[in-house]
Amino acid sequence: MGNERTRILVVDDEEIVRESLGGWLEKDGFFVQSVPDGKSAVEALEKERWSILLTDLKMPGMDGLQVLEEAKKRQPDLVVVLMTAYATIDTAVSAMKLGAYDYLVKPFDPEELSLMMQKIVSQQTLVRENAVLRKALKREYGFHDVVSKSPAMQQVFELARVAARSNSTILVLGESGTGKEVMARAIHAESPRAQGPFVAISCAALTESLLESELFGHEKGSFTGASARKIGKFEAANGGTLFLDEIGDISPKLQLDLLRVLEDRRFHRVGGTDPISVDVRIVAATNRDLRKAVAEGKFREDLLYRLNVIVINLPPLRERKEDIPLLVEHFTEQLGVEMQRRIEGVSSDAMVALMSYDWPGNVRELRNVLERGAVVAQGRIIQALDLGLAPAAVPEGAAGVGAGAAAAGASDEVPATLEDVEKRHITQMLAHTGGNVSQAARLLGIDRVTLYNKIRKYQLRRGDDSGSQQRPG
Amino acid sequence: MLEHVRAHLTGAFRAEVALHHDPRRPADAWDARRRQHSSKKMLSFLLEQGPPPPARVLGITDQDLFIPILTFVFGEAQLGGRAAVVSTARLDDGVPVVSPRVLAERVAIECVHEVGHAYGLLHCASPRCAMGRSPSVRDVDAKKPQLCRDCLSRLAERNDRSGG
Repeated sequence: MGNERTRILVVDDEEIVRESLGGWLEKDGFFVQSVPDGKSAVEALEKERWSILLTDLKMPGMDGLQVLEEAKKRQPDLVVVLMTAYATIDTAVSAMKLGAYDYLVKPFDPEELSLMMQKIVSQQTLVRENAVLRKALKREYGFHDVVSKSPAMQQVFELARVAARSNSTILVLGESGTGKEVMARAIHAESPRAQGPFVAISCAALTESLLESELFGHEKGSFTGASARKIGKFEAANGGTLFLDEIGDISPKLQLDLLRVLEDRRFHRVGGTDPISVDVRIVAATNRDLRKAVAEGKFREDLLYRLNVIVINLPPLRERKEDIPLLVEHFTEQLGVEMQRRIEGVSSDAMVALMSYDWPGNVRELRNVLERGAVVAQGRIIQALDLGLAPAAVPEGAAGVGAGAAAAGASDEVPATLEDVEKRHITQMLAHTGGNVSQAARLLGIDRVTLYNKIRKYQLRRGDDSGSQQRPG
Repeated sequence: MLEHVRAHLTGAFRAEVALHHDPRRPADAWDARRRQHSSKKMLSFLLEQGPPPPARVLGITDQDLFIPILTFVFGEAQLGGRAAVVSTARLDDGVPVVSPRVLAERVAIECVHEVGHAYGLLHCASPRCAMGRSPSVRDVDAKKPQLCRDCLSRLAERNDRSGG
């Protein structure tokens, strides 16, 4: 198996164990470093990256559990294997709940050690391959942190890329939770201002006077409580991007102030007399219909024209359900990193539920539902019940599922049986993974053999059957 | 059996192989608690008793061998060193009883394997190559007492570097 890239750190207070284990593993082609105690292990973990940590459980000073804890703090994805005597198996088992991969009872059988190392190496290879695939997927379907394969969003990405290069004001429109701020951040990251600050403010959350002070800053003594000079968001964003969220909610006075800044690129701090010039690119966003607001006299027409030089419309999630598997993969990966645990995806039942739901809260709601699922899930796969979607949202019959699948772009026809739903869902997954059975099996929450059997049963092609989705590069 | 081993060692390593029968065993290699012999102590004994450097020495014993962290080993060698040892103890415990021919083949395979380590070779990914790792008798039986093409070229490379 000799994988020269696999680096193993061995921690054991007995020199003879370190020496014999190190010698044995080196013959397998591993790079091995052995240290006699937990303190040296932590030092080694701080200096370099390791793939596997093999640590004795019972050691003077820092024991194996403490080494495990410190190691996971420094490198959450590190595979930690505990070496233990028969007497301490219980502790080793509880250590697995703390994130240990497995344990070996000393002395171990050569076959047991060999199988465990082979398993770890092949899992790490798989993780590396998945990371490469994900990167390729993001290159093809992503615009910074926004991922989508829907044609509508691909057009949005194209417009956003062009807009990012200009200095024009951008208005991002979309329902609540469609990712307006994420899009604004992506535009900033893509722009020549990427090295400058990105400052965001929600205009709906503050009263008129507070928002004015937040945006433009104030001078000391300009109002009761202004005990010191305060720099506003415009100044803080100098050289970068200012994101004004919920712009449709600002008062008429602030609409006028903002119009002036957009025209002159100059403003005064509250209570100040000297004009301040800033170089700021404005990205504004709202979920309101600004034209209607103009017609109703609630929003200044001249400000709207200043803001909507470039308009980016983000479609609601229910109109791009083909993105759900991609977003699920994106968010489960993010959540795994945040929660410092491995989350491999969602089960096929969970995916059916996610695809069938209407997502009034859009992408934000999807992320929240997945976060809940990740917290509640017992294993590495999030099950349908873990998602906590309202029962009404999770269809119980095939017709309901079919409605969701149809909305996902699979077909307009309502499937008659559960088998139809399963067949359709597998087809979608295979198309999504570009025919990669292992990846599709993982997303579906079943093993490869089961998936192969189902492919045979439904006489599916492993490639893109829908003809509407691309294979990731 | 020894002739069979010698033939394969000569073939694999293109080296002169001398046979020597020595009934002595290192007294300090026996571990009464484990009821096994320490392979490390066996290697030290071979280095002390064997031919002078730069010759390499291989011991074949019927005693069960261990290294401290493993329940047993079929053999042990100094990686890139001079000494290697192979035990027949666990190579003939097959059911049904192993024939002398099968045992001789297994011993030859493991001798080529351990001497390969002494020549600096690591485990090979090929399950047929003598350098393939063999944690069980099943794995030994899957191997041949020869080095694969890749291991032969690695060996030639090492020999070139070390000047033979």
